[in-house]
Amino acid sequence: MRNLWIFISRYNAFFLFIIFFVVGIYLTVKNNSYQRSVTLNSSNEVVGTAYERLNVFKRYLNLGMVNDSLAAENAKLKSQLLGLTTVDTAKDVKVVDTVTNQQYTYLAAKVVKNSVTLRNNIMTINKGTVDGIKSGMAVIAPQRGVVGFIRDVSAHLATIQSLLHKDTKISVTLKKNHALGSLVWGDGNFDIKKAFVKEVPNHIKMYVGDTVVTSGYGSFPAGVLVGKISKANVATNDNFLSAELNLFTDFSTLQYVYVVKDKKADEQKALESMAKPNE
Amino acid sequence: MNSRIIIVNVIRWFLLLFVQIFLLKNMGFYDLSTPFIYVLFLLLLPFGIPNILLYLLAFATGLTLDAFYDTMGVHATACVVLAFVRISFISISLNRDAIDDPEPSLSYMGFQWFSLYTFLCVAAHHLVLFFLETFRLTEVGYTLMRCGLSCIFTLLIIFLVEFIFYRRTPR
Repeated sequence: MRNLWIFISRYNAFFLFIIFFVVGIYLTVKNNSYQRSVTLNSSNEVVGTAYERLNVFKRYLNLGMVNDSLAAENAKLKSQLLGLTTVDTAKDVKVVDTVTNQQYTYLAAKVVKNSVTLRNNIMTINKGTVDGIKSGMAVIAPQRGVVGFIRDVSAHLATIQSLLHKDTKISVTLKKNHALGSLVWGDGNFDIKKAFVKEVPNHIKMYVGDTVVTSGYGSFPAGVLVGKISKANVATNDNFLSAELNLFTDFSTLQYVYVVKDKKADEQKALESMAKPNE
Repeated sequence: MNSRIIIVNVIRWFLLLFVQIFLLKNMGFYDLSTPFIYVLFLLLLPFGIPNILLYLLAFATGLTLDAFYDTMGVHATACVVLAFVRISFISISLNRDAIDDPEPSLSYMGFQWFSLYTFLCVAAHHLVLFFLETFRLTEVGYTLMRCGLSCIFTLLIIFLVEFIFYRRTPR
């Protein structure tokens, strides 16, 4: 027994290394299966507050670009308004109140922390359970483009698992012929402006410049613009085609995002869970 | 003398982590090369430090970084590996009884020893860091490239810092 103690104390560096290494690996693996501890997360209020403070300064740097995009949006809205006010009012117009049946509502949120340089990127926004945000909701960019899904939510903050993450998969479709595919990022290409559409059936013809939109089969509403195909018909080893596309979303300058609230999400989930697999 | 060492290291810790989290985190060349300067704190801890304290400091520093990078455990594990390489390299290359320098910095140890020491520690740290972050072997080429380029970037900044704070010591 004494010899054992002498042995352990002589090589203490190695044994301590083993202990700490195992603890580190354990933490990493636990984190990968999404049961992350709440305390050391950027949903954590302390870290979140620090980033919010930092963001006050960072916002000034991108002010010019944000102004431009706001001006562009203003111009668009104004032209729409012009179209509305010049309608011939003498005509009999029937107005149907569709608001009560509206399935999707958007909630604007500010990005307090963004990352694009990692293999798996996570963002933090300044809205949480208080504003009705739940895990799994879709997030889209202000003008056009998709961003990702809500991952963890605290009272006033939430994290987004962005498209730039190995586990994110979004159901998309070609605008012209409604062929389905799934949108993924980072398969040997880690450019934040490019992504891949995979699992497109072999008989579909794709061309460079085709527009890709969301299919509406997930939590995203149908028809959200995703990107334009830049390299079509890349052959894969299986029975499907894949394509490379340029994303409309610019992840590196993202400041505001819209969280999509689906009124029928719970109902749909409950209904679909009734169909048991292997029935 | 002893309290001076502690104060210097505490200041160094805050300074390096501040630079890492608020400046270098936003830096990177084409998603390939990201510098991790905070390891310099672990490299420059004094020679006389007990192993258990070194591991605890490495683990705590890694966890702090993890909290800001959203990568629970990855940096902590990489720092622990760095601590192990540091202990092994020092015990192999130096005679434990004959060490009279306070800390393994460039000013005390000379360019040759320090560069080998820094390279080995940083390389081990980055290898573990990038492979744990990717957590799969299918992208091994890309991961190795990121690791190598980041190593070069980190080493460059470490030498820059060390030459800026170079003190000529009477030998």
